[in-house]
Amino acid sequence: MAEIVLQSISHSYDTERGARRPATSYALRDINLRWRDGGAYALLGPSGCGKTTLLGIISGLIQPTQGQVLYAGKDVTELSSRARNIAQVFQFPVVYDTMTVAENLAFPLRNRNLAAAEIDRRVGAIAEILELTPVLRNRATRLTADQKQILALGRGLVREDVAAILFDEPLTVIDPHRKWLLRRKLKEIHKQFHHTLIYVTHDQTEALTFADEVIVMQSGQVLQRGTPEDLFLRPAHTYVGYFIGSPGMNVLPCEVEHHQGGARARVGTHAVALPAALDRPATPTGSLELGIRPEHVVVLDDGAEGGLPVVVRTVEDHGRFRIIAATLGATAGDHRIKIRIGHPSGRGAAPVAVGATLRVQFQAEHICLYRDHRIITPGDAARGEEPA
Amino acid sequence: MIDKTRSNRAWLLILPMFLLVAFSAIVPLMTVVNYSVQDILGPQTKVYVGFEWFRKALRDPDLHAAFLRQLLYSCSVLAIELPLGLGISLLMPKRGWAVSAALVVLALPLLIPWNVVGTIWQIFGRTDIGMGGAALVKLGIDYNYTSNRIDAWTTVLVMDVWHWTPLVALLCYSGLRAIPDAYYQAASIDGASGWSVFRYIQLPKLKNVLVIAVLLRFMDSFMIYTEPFVVTGGGPGNSTTFLSQFLTTLAVGQFDLGPAAAFSLIYFLFILLFCYVFYTVMNRVGQG
Repeated sequence: MAEIVLQSISHSYDTERGARRPATSYALRDINLRWRDGGAYALLGPSGCGKTTLLGIISGLIQPTQGQVLYAGKDVTELSSRARNIAQVFQFPVVYDTMTVAENLAFPLRNRNLAAAEIDRRVGAIAEILELTPVLRNRATRLTADQKQILALGRGLVREDVAAILFDEPLTVIDPHRKWLLRRKLKEIHKQFHHTLIYVTHDQTEALTFADEVIVMQSGQVLQRGTPEDLFLRPAHTYVGYFIGSPGMNVLPCEVEHHQGGARARVGTHAVALPAALDRPATPTGSLELGIRPEHVVVLDDGAEGGLPVVVRTVEDHGRFRIIAATLGATAGDHRIKIRIGHPSGRGAAPVAVGATLRVQFQAEHICLYRDHRIITPGDAARGEEPA
Repeated sequence: MIDKTRSNRAWLLILPMFLLVAFSAIVPLMTVVNYSVQDILGPQTKVYVGFEWFRKALRDPDLHAAFLRQLLYSCSVLAIELPLGLGISLLMPKRGWAVSAALVVLALPLLIPWNVVGTIWQIFGRTDIGMGGAALVKLGIDYNYTSNRIDAWTTVLVMDVWHWTPLVALLCYSGLRAIPDAYYQAASIDGASGWSVFRYIQLPKLKNVLVIAVLLRFMDSFMIYTEPFVVTGGGPGNSTTFLSQFLTTLAVGQFDLGPAAAFSLIYFLFILLFCYVFYTVMNRVGQG
């Protein structure tokens, strides 16, 4: 086990490592990441964002065009997967068809010439943990898809010194009701062995429930790394806001105006109070946007003063909650916003009619401000004002 | 329960297919069965002889010799073409323009008609004007396929290898292409050697195409006729007289229709039996 560091990794599929000709199109661009020993990480992003490429670079299946991969401080960029001592579970379960379950588990150990008694001991122990003991003598082809994935994971776990276990969308072919069990199994194993786990997925639920820390990628770049809570409450990029949460964050173009010693945002003709930390934002340059989660839009009671008028367009009932799609006043250029409210049986949630006008308020402490899609943090805001 | 309309008129729908099969397979086969139990002395004079021709065929030492020769030939063909074809497929390029080039070069022998293949090798092997034969003689090798049995055998065998190994290679290549990359990646991560990758990934995944290759090559080589006929005509002596050649001589050359028919049936049943047994065994092995 070891800390894994990626130093300015760039990769292009049309250019070999060390080529003189500069690459024309990059699958990954200047990635710098540090994976703490024993952490559970998720790499989250849409299809084609480069997350599988990044995984391949960590495991040594792909040689990055530029940059270094360090394991415990040692440069392993040019080493093969075998020499790196890493384990990987693939999207489709890979088992060796002609072998039994036990032989499959023993295979990586046999290839490393361990003593037979030691192999038997480790295979027995791992089979016990993974609940594969009853099927050890069966042919691996006769396992179900989720058992095959467990077996593929087992081939990584038998090697006690493995640097990290990588997962490339491992639940793709698993039945929905088994996914949950498998995910819980993974958590248990992580608790027991403290392996570094890196889990690639495009499913935010998988990522947020699995990982201590999530890395969100798009177009070959890291947009944000943080805890599931960070990603939800303070998305660093509007794309992270869209991608995480269901539905994603409402992002509305806005202007910021100073007023009575503070600042407030103006969406169209409507003013929105900003959180205290953001009340001295930079003199606006670039395009500004205001982000607010559908969960943080509050519908005011009938007859209440203030708030923004919205016209309800559709109401989706999800059982425990409802999603209201609405437009923010005609004068504001018809910005669409989504509101998530409790079910009618819940407290303070009255039935909502399509076409009705509601007054809503954004919870100030949950408002994020974005300049050119990147979040403005209070620090940035202060710095931004200095030149003025 | 679903109500189904029962109507015997539905049988009419299979009538065209039935007629087609009858005229293309059943009637000719029954004609052969009919011949096999009669002694045909002339167009109008026939005598029923029961299983006499079958008994005679099974006891004929010439036929035994041809059968063994045929079996040896087919086994040699399989023993050479399968490993060679598999080897070629493993060495074939995997990406880029070289793939198309390799496929075209490989497919060329398959596109040549059988009698042309025979003619090519008949000329190629000649010691006076043939490039192959003349070159061997120039190298000091006493080669002459028209007089030496071993030379004749080798020539016919090499010709078959040249003609049909590409088929095995193409089948294996398509099988190899169908193996997902993840298997190779997993093997690399598990630290597998090149031999292990072949033994535990490629070979098991190629099982189905190899079964097809064995069946095709066995049946084809067991029925080989045109090429040896053109190259050696079955000689020298009887050394390259394979079963089809033997049968043709019997039926068309000597006009012994009865014995030839009996022998055809035995020949047909043998191939059918072999394929059935082989296919069943391979399927059992596959299911573990």
